[in-house]
Amino acid sequence: MTLLKVNNLSIEFGGVRAIDDLSFTINSGTIHSIIGPNGAGKTTLFNLITGVYTPTSGTILYDDEGVTGFKSYELAARGMSRTFQNLQIFFNMTAIENVMVGAHLHLNRGFLASFFGLPSIKAGDRHCRETCLELLDFVGLKKYADIDTESMPYGALKRLEIARALASKPKILLLDEPAAGLNPAESREIDKVIKKVAERGITVVLVEHDMKMVMEISDHILVLDYGRKLTEGTALEVRNNPDVIAAYLGG
Amino acid sequence: MMMNLKSAKTGGILVLCAVIAILPAFLSNAFQYEIAILIGFNAIVCIGLNLLIGYGGQISLGHGAFVGLGAYGSAILTMNQGWDPLLSMVIAAIFTGILAFVIARPILKLKGHYLAMATLGMGIIISIVINTEDQLTGGPDGMYVDGLSFMATQIYWYWLVGALLVFSVWASLNLIHSPIGRALRAVHGSEVAAEVVGVDTTQYKVLIFVVSAVFASIVGSFGVYYSNFVTPDIAGFFHSIELVVMVVFGGMASTFGAVIGAAILTTLPQFLTFLHDYEHLVFGLILMLTMIFLPKGLVPSIAGLLKKGDK
Repeated sequence: MTLLKVNNLSIEFGGVRAIDDLSFTINSGTIHSIIGPNGAGKTTLFNLITGVYTPTSGTILYDDEGVTGFKSYELAARGMSRTFQNLQIFFNMTAIENVMVGAHLHLNRGFLASFFGLPSIKAGDRHCRETCLELLDFVGLKKYADIDTESMPYGALKRLEIARALASKPKILLLDEPAAGLNPAESREIDKVIKKVAERGITVVLVEHDMKMVMEISDHILVLDYGRKLTEGTALEVRNNPDVIAAYLGG
Repeated sequence: MMMNLKSAKTGGILVLCAVIAILPAFLSNAFQYEIAILIGFNAIVCIGLNLLIGYGGQISLGHGAFVGLGAYGSAILTMNQGWDPLLSMVIAAIFTGILAFVIARPILKLKGHYLAMATLGMGIIISIVINTEDQLTGGPDGMYVDGLSFMATQIYWYWLVGALLVFSVWASLNLIHSPIGRALRAVHGSEVAAEVVGVDTTQYKVLIFVVSAVFASIVGSFGVYYSNFVTPDIAGFFHSIELVVMVVFGGMASTFGAVIGAAILTTLPQFLTFLHDYEHLVFGLILMLTMIFLPKGLVPSIAGLLKKGDK
């Protein structure tokens, strides 16, 4: 079943077409990777899908609904979440609080109830804390729960972003270079987490430079170059495509 | 840790209650009570302003104007229209809230220096209106206002302001430790990350701007009933700056920091009067040195030092 459908999507920044007439679909329940050389437009594409940028032209269909130009928080309410290539942690909060922000949409957000500290708010927070602790455990960060995020290692913060995104109960999760800057051991941890996320039935869209990881876990790979689709297919198909080899090796 | 948080909150409120209860034993004259009441008023405005600046990460250099709107709203409605003072206060607060709501959206789209400039401009405009509409406001000469008939003596005011302060601290802490409060801190931490998990960042910035404006307005109203007199200075630029300095000095993103910042900066000038001409110089020096050595503000810096000592 098609979960996300991108039609003739383009965005221009001062005359430069970062994404150029791109069309592809993502089926639900798959791990879908987007690869390409630096500057190919992978992160820009993420920003377009998740509502950070508004496309110059083209449409995005998510869950049979036209969502072109929707704001990020509107998409989050429809079950779309993401992580960031450059960490976007709430450094003014502890790890568990970061994850609890992720559960924002599923909590009572009444102003007066919060202002007067009604028991319903506190009960909701207690329950939320428990489920968020489970999520921290899920990504292997339980011991950091009440630690200030400022003093957590980089690799842990990468996983914290995944836990925070999961707390919003997404149907589709976009991971922007989750293994960037990690050592091989940490990278394998992330690898495991992504597989576990997919096992939960969440559709994963992955931008990653770690080719070993991409080839191993992806059901489908989309290759971008200069904002255009170079090719797409299974890992095997992509690996043997001469255009892909040329784009990467400059042949 | 959860328990710690809870006990820190209750403990802090208990200490505050104890200080308010014991303080009269050390206050020997009307002037000292005056300062204590003034501290309470400033602290409540700072608690509201701290929600905006410290937690939400949005600067406002125009909050004096909201205090002014509350004060003049109450003054005009009671004196010119003959309305009940408490009703006037509520109407003034609603009016201030609506005005804050209307200007919040365009203003809060701006960031950093631009937001500072916009709120500064807003404050100056309101201040000019109060100064020039002299038929309504008495202009630069100010305006006399009747007090609250049931607040017979200064002692009554002391307890009323004390109760309001405790309530404000309690409500502020409730708000911070709720989904709204976390969303607000998330806006400060990373707007884009908050958005992708469903936080409508604009909505929360507007909300907290309005809440802090209403805090300021209510204090303005009580202030004018207490002192029976109001001048345009209350809405002026210097008052706005004073409030921001209290918040920053006490410690951003710390409710008790806002209270302590207000307490120290309201009292300190009184202790420095013996310096005569050098008063402002020394006052500025104390501010500078505190911010250099305790850059996070008094309360968070000291709490951080204590935490380190524990380990």
